[in-house]
Amino acid sequence: MTDLPLNGAAGAIPDFPRPARSILETDARTRARNRAEARFRAYGLAALLVGLFFLVLLLGSILWNGMGAFMQTRMTLEVELLESELDPEGTRDPAVLAETSTFGYGDLIEAALVRTVAATGVQTGLEAGDLDDLLSSGTAARIRDAVIADPSLVGQTVTFDVLPSSRVDGYIKGRVTRESLANDKNLSPEHLDIVDALVAQGTLDRGFNLSFITGADASEKRPEEAGIGVAMIGSFYMMLVVLGLSLPIGVAASIYLEEFAPKNRFTDLIEVNIANLAAVPSIVYGILGLAVFIQFAGLPQSAPLVGGLVLTLLTLPTIIIATRASLRAVPPSIRDAALGVGASKMQAVFHHVLPLAVPGIMTGTIIGMAHALGETAPLLLIGMVGFVASNYPGGVLDGFTSPNSAMPAQIYEWAKRADPAFYERAWGGIIVLLVFLLVMNLMAVLVRRRFERRW
Amino acid sequence: MSPGWLFLLVLLIAAAGYVLGRSRALSATGGSLRTMHSLPGAYGWNVAMAVLIPSLLILAVWTLVAPAVLGRLVTPMMAGQEGNLSLLMSDVRRVADGLLLLGEDPASITTEGLRDRLAEAGVALGQDVSNATLAAAARYDVLGAWSHWLLTILVLSVALGAAALAVRRTTPTLRARNEVERGIRGLLIAAALVAIATTVGIVLALIFNTIKFFQIYPASEFFFGTTWTPSFGGGSELGILPLVWGTLYISTIALFVAVPLGLLSAVYLSEYASSRVRAWAKPMLEVLAGIPSIVYGLFALLTVGPALMLVFGDGGLGWMQGGTAVITAGLVMGIMLIPFVSSLSDDIINAVPQAMRDGSLGLGATRSETIRQVVLPAALPGIMGAVLLAASRAIGETMIVVLGAGAAARLSLNPFEAMTTITAKIVSQLTGDQDFSSPEALVAFALAMSLFVVTLCLNIVALWIVRRYREQYE
Repeated sequence: MTDLPLNGAAGAIPDFPRPARSILETDARTRARNRAEARFRAYGLAALLVGLFFLVLLLGSILWNGMGAFMQTRMTLEVELLESELDPEGTRDPAVLAETSTFGYGDLIEAALVRTVAATGVQTGLEAGDLDDLLSSGTAARIRDAVIADPSLVGQTVTFDVLPSSRVDGYIKGRVTRESLANDKNLSPEHLDIVDALVAQGTLDRGFNLSFITGADASEKRPEEAGIGVAMIGSFYMMLVVLGLSLPIGVAASIYLEEFAPKNRFTDLIEVNIANLAAVPSIVYGILGLAVFIQFAGLPQSAPLVGGLVLTLLTLPTIIIATRASLRAVPPSIRDAALGVGASKMQAVFHHVLPLAVPGIMTGTIIGMAHALGETAPLLLIGMVGFVASNYPGGVLDGFTSPNSAMPAQIYEWAKRADPAFYERAWGGIIVLLVFLLVMNLMAVLVRRRFERRW
Repeated sequence: MSPGWLFLLVLLIAAAGYVLGRSRALSATGGSLRTMHSLPGAYGWNVAMAVLIPSLLILAVWTLVAPAVLGRLVTPMMAGQEGNLSLLMSDVRRVADGLLLLGEDPASITTEGLRDRLAEAGVALGQDVSNATLAAAARYDVLGAWSHWLLTILVLSVALGAAALAVRRTTPTLRARNEVERGIRGLLIAAALVAIATTVGIVLALIFNTIKFFQIYPASEFFFGTTWTPSFGGGSELGILPLVWGTLYISTIALFVAVPLGLLSAVYLSEYASSRVRAWAKPMLEVLAGIPSIVYGLFALLTVGPALMLVFGDGGLGWMQGGTAVITAGLVMGIMLIPFVSSLSDDIINAVPQAMRDGSLGLGATRSETIRQVVLPAALPGIMGAVLLAASRAIGETMIVVLGAGAAARLSLNPFEAMTTITAKIVSQLTGDQDFSSPEALVAFALAMSLFVVTLCLNIVALWIVRRYREQYE
């Protein structure tokens, strides 16, 4: 019912301003509101697209800049290993051969280069002594190692696969141009004439760069020899430590907090603690590692063991949070049923609840480890800097304690170096790192898809 | 015996204890399970745990503490020497390791040519070995050998003693399962305490070294100094203000990028996007969160920096001197934080009850009006919490600023200039071989302390807000 009189006189009806148009026709205000609606929606979409654009830009620039690291220019060089230079007494004893330093090989390599260049018939204004710039400065050391390993090579003319210098490599890949060499003291445009001729002749060619994936870091002068293999081993050992410690400790702590802990102040303290630890900046963990593990406990610097310990502490909160969530997801009826048939609380948890929570725990652990694998800052503080990764560890157990680096720290080291050839290696290293992360995350997704139960 | 072998031996004793305990319980009852309190395995585990827990605890604590104690014992021998004590001690440790590698009688070794021989054995030294260093190193080795023997005897006697006691106590009426479960419960509690121990470790490590720093450098100059010019030769000025300014400036830019983008994409994903778009766009955005910060650092240094130089550098507007600048680091950090903000806000927006939206829509509000006038105000406290968490992330972020922001500490308003942050300076003061008693190295701990306190406060407030907010609608 309405308050208006139903049959009142016409004059009693108040004079409402009546809309002049039909309600099907939108008025200016509604149109403005609808425009605002569309605008707002467009802002949201734009924000999302900008975010995705950055993702594409990031991945694109990684791939674009990094793929080059997986290709490497190689040169075949016939070196005459003169007996008169290397082994005048003809003993062929490795100890005698080792007395000839890498300088002793310089002339042999130069002679070989002069012959190779002469064979192409290119005329340049370069002296014979300038030709070494074409090759990596590590060439002599490589040939020397080969000779010491096999003394019978002395006196023969041996064909070696040697690495050209990073500038030549960059020229072949298009990173270095003749213009950019104008002010470069490492290589001149005239060298590039030789390079062009060598490419035409087939002496210089490109191949897959396996030694980038398996090799060790090289000094600042030899970007063409630098590889990420040793750092990868360092990362691997750290992940072993992280897995071996953070999984049992994390699972045990979660079981206690989720299944046994009484609700009291102390439990609250632990919970607040874990939530806060998850948000402590990673560099603070590096300080902890430096002060406690290295300064106080005297563990060796740069050791993957220490790195692993630091990363364990760093991943524990992640694993605990994930494990608790998956324990919580197991319905109470499972516990009640186990307790009902006479299991102790401990048996109920370990025999029934924990197995059901395993997929969630695994997912959380893999994601925590992926996070740890990419962590850089704390490692720098405990001495796991890139240039340490120049030797393989001596043995399987030695890998835990011998100085090493880790993949992200190696990438950081390359990014800091002045030579742009190292930037290519850094991007390449990122591709390797991201492949590992991708595999780990895919594993996590697969485990979740395959095993997770919804109750 | 090395700790590794000792560990294996303890495991072996524990395994033997398991077998003994189990068989003793079984034989006492003649193999009848009905007269035993617990299952046979529980008796075995009871013995094994009695062996493992005390002996491994001793082993772990000893290995962790012994080097520090040995160092304390040897330090007085070096007290009269010239040079920095902690550097000398690290030399002593290295020589001591080297002497063990050489495997000769320390009494017959002289300092002559020792450095070269050590270098051949794989121990590189910065200087020649002095007589005092050699004596201290030899003493260190002797004490180390003693410590090893003591440890071996202690651990083995504890392990064997515990095994014997536990086996003797094993009778069919022993409540073995309850004892084992009590032990396991203890282990679970110990694991949970690791979290507390970590915090305590962080706090102690920071406090002790910070106090050491303030003993040699006045606190007032650290907190209120406006110049940062560390030099390892001495006479450094270590004022934190330029670093705080750089940190805040970069973080602010990062939040200006991340908060609008993250919030708007969260709103779009939760209120507008069809479930299909949501199903692929949300994980894609979260890929950004899974990428390590070193990758963002390289992206800032080699992609974003040069790109900004094209526009603002000498070729363009001429505002920028180099690719590493506040704006570079801030922008890239903002990109990194987008998924962080968006997934947190997404959770928070989804927690707003549907009834509130329905009410608003039912009154004739458009969707955007509902979002702006109903959903966002309701979610505001939670979103504030998310922003604070993002701010704490930004302040603590290291690799992006180390690579993207430059190294110069300055107080300036120009976002196109290079500046540096607290985290970047912690890295630069502590990487490499450093003398840990100089103010230039110790300042890193004071910086880290400030960082820790600030981020901790932010986190506590943020977590409190988020939690309170969640409870509001539950």
